[in-house]
Amino acid sequence: MIDPRLVLILSTVLFALGAVGVLLRRGAISILMCVELMLNAANLAFITFARLRGGPEAQIYVFFVMTLAAAEAAAGLAIVIALFRLKGTTDVDEINLLKW
Amino acid sequence: MDAFAFYVLALLTVASALVVVTHRNPVVSAVALAFNLVSIAGFYVLLGAQFIGLLQVLVYAGAIMVLILFVIMLLNLAEELPPVKVAGTFQRVLAPAATLTFAVVLGRALWRDTPATLPPASEGFGTAAVLGRELFTRYYYPFEVISLLLVVAMVGAVLLAKRKLT
Repeated sequence: MIDPRLVLILSTVLFALGAVGVLLRRGAISILMCVELMLNAANLAFITFARLRGGPEAQIYVFFVMTLAAAEAAAGLAIVIALFRLKGTTDVDEINLLKW
Repeated sequence: MDAFAFYVLALLTVASALVVVTHRNPVVSAVALAFNLVSIAGFYVLLGAQFIGLLQVLVYAGAIMVLILFVIMLLNLAEELPPVKVAGTFQRVLAPAATLTFAVVLGRALWRDTPATLPPASEGFGTAAVLGRELFTRYYYPFEVISLLLVVAMVGAVLLAKRKLT
């Protein structure tokens, strides 16, 4: 039998890894991928809690998070493409149009 | 058997997540992320949520990863530069330190307040039938709102990619 605590710890570790990636990576697409990593860590915790509580609610939330991730990927990648056409790079340190 | 599968999957998940975060080449990162998503689908199945596991493979590892890989190859991205030189070592040390603190605090709280064993799965847990019934009765309005969100994202993506930028 699986220890649910270990699954929750694993999801914490994955979330932390994703957060480190978001903070340290420079490519916009790499940052998006690290965000996906964090969303998945949250989903894993949701499923564990769903199993602990026994109801279908948390699984429904995971379903919604997945839909949200799909929307986020579509919109985010469109922004990255627009930025690339404008600046010729996806490096977030080069993209400072809003900097005063 | 379950415990063995758990440890193998945990190892694969953490290793591929490390590759996603550290590898310079975005294509390698993306493939590692696909690997990571599939091993997380394995966890879903282990925890009894088969339908969500299936969705994970189809939607995440399938559709979203193809989209990301497609954009990486479309833009023909080169190897990424190492983490910022401007902020320097400060950011490079502080970011992992802050997230590590967060992980330790959260992990401790979760460890303390979670029971050590899983209760037996309820009748029909994780099947498409139960989830579908719930989705189209109790969660009908959230379902409609999320569909609207998808339409908005689609229209927004088309607009963003089409517009002439100056």
